[in-house]
Amino acid sequence: MSEDLKKTPLYDAHVAAGARMVPFAGYSMPVQYKDGVLKEHLWTREHAGLFDVSHMGQARLRGDNPAKSFEKVVSADYQGLKPGKQRYGVLLNAQGGIIDDLMTARPDDDGLFVVVNGACKDNDYKIIAETLAGEATVTRLEDRALLALQGPEAAAVLAAHVPEAAGMVFMDTVALTAFGVDAILSRSGYTGEDGYEISVPADAAERVWNTLLADERVKPIGLGARDSLRLEAGLPLYGHDLDETVSPIEAGLNFAVGKSRREAGDYLGAGRIGKELAGELSRVRVNLKVLEGAPAREGTEIADETGNVIGKVTSGGFAPSLGFPIAIGFAPPAFAAVGTKLKVIVRGKAAAAEVVATPFVPNRYVRKL
Amino acid sequence: MVTSANSNQGPTEMRFTKDHEWVIVQGDVATVGISAYAAEQLGDVVFVEVPEAGKVVKQGEGLAVVESVKAASDVYAPVSGEVIEGNAELGDAPETVNALPESGGWFAKIKLSNPAEVDALMDRDAYEAFLSTL
Repeated sequence: MSEDLKKTPLYDAHVAAGARMVPFAGYSMPVQYKDGVLKEHLWTREHAGLFDVSHMGQARLRGDNPAKSFEKVVSADYQGLKPGKQRYGVLLNAQGGIIDDLMTARPDDDGLFVVVNGACKDNDYKIIAETLAGEATVTRLEDRALLALQGPEAAAVLAAHVPEAAGMVFMDTVALTAFGVDAILSRSGYTGEDGYEISVPADAAERVWNTLLADERVKPIGLGARDSLRLEAGLPLYGHDLDETVSPIEAGLNFAVGKSRREAGDYLGAGRIGKELAGELSRVRVNLKVLEGAPAREGTEIADETGNVIGKVTSGGFAPSLGFPIAIGFAPPAFAAVGTKLKVIVRGKAAAAEVVATPFVPNRYVRKL
Repeated sequence: MVTSANSNQGPTEMRFTKDHEWVIVQGDVATVGISAYAAEQLGDVVFVEVPEAGKVVKQGEGLAVVESVKAASDVYAPVSGEVIEGNAELGDAPETVNALPESGGWFAKIKLSNPAEVDALMDRDAYEAFLSTL
């Protein structure tokens, strides 16, 4: 393994737990533990899975009105983000392509709290700093770890340690004292399950990790199951389903373009995104159930029923909760209606597939208590 | 069943490649699979594409594809010859590769065109010594 890979504060805990470590986003990360991807996936759907997502970037945007400056390069409505709430958004280039997808919260009075993808963070911070220049500042929180506790038993597990957690709903975010340290807690995640993301100081990470794992309902879960869980949840992955050529409208992320932002059109790439919102789209995201044969992996060609290639799979694999392969890809809008029969060309052989609605597996976000 | 005295028919014990395939020879037919080590490394197998009878393969060519939750991996032909049977049971029960990698989880039976290839493969002791270097 390359010596220049970074380690998260939980590296030693992963190795001690028997994790298989792989390079990911510049870090040495656990792809799976002893149980393997399939069991870890199903455990998270039935109980609670604990993920180390400390490779992701955490930052504070501070200033008189950092949301106003930030909105120049993101499509979500962050000026209208209420205290205690979090919202998904995308960082845009001038062509309306996605530089990264990110979560932004207002957990307290200390500006905005932003979580970005690990592989993108250096570039993101550079762009954000340039955008905010003279108006607000971006401060990387390098001394913090991020844990995700996901699954139907996550709420009960966390409430045993942090009673405030029980009173939160999906996308609530608060800064509070938890596990004896300053923590930022949000009821969200990227598995489709109910659950929480927990930001804590790096030097407390292993203690918090072990405290949660001491509960028999909790098991550590690696990147392998994280990927299959988010795919079943129909959640796009940056660098695969999303990149600088893909717009949020093509990707089906219309909700990431705030209503007030659509009217103002005052963000990078608004020209293209406005046209696409009006229906001018050459390709859109399609969600496929593969009806026969092998999983259709990233790069697999998508064809119409007569065999003409019309698009490509950007994420695909076997869905452990469903027992058959599923895929996310892009194709012209004429082929995107639910129920459309398509083909996927796996190793030269055409296999039947069908456009289905997402999420592939129903999500279990707790929107009301 | 030929006797082991017939040296042209290859060894009767399991032999291994550096790509973690195994063969076991009965008569002039080699049964082929992947080692327990390979199955462990792959993780949970969810799909296997086995070759059909009649496919002619050369040593080192792609013979089958085995898919875990995460990835597809090629299985290379450890010996040259003609496939006389693919293990159809793996279509319905791909998890057999994990449960019984060196017996019921076999991939194909190949009629040997060059039995000497088998002699050049590692026996179990040599394979285990090889694994210890990985």
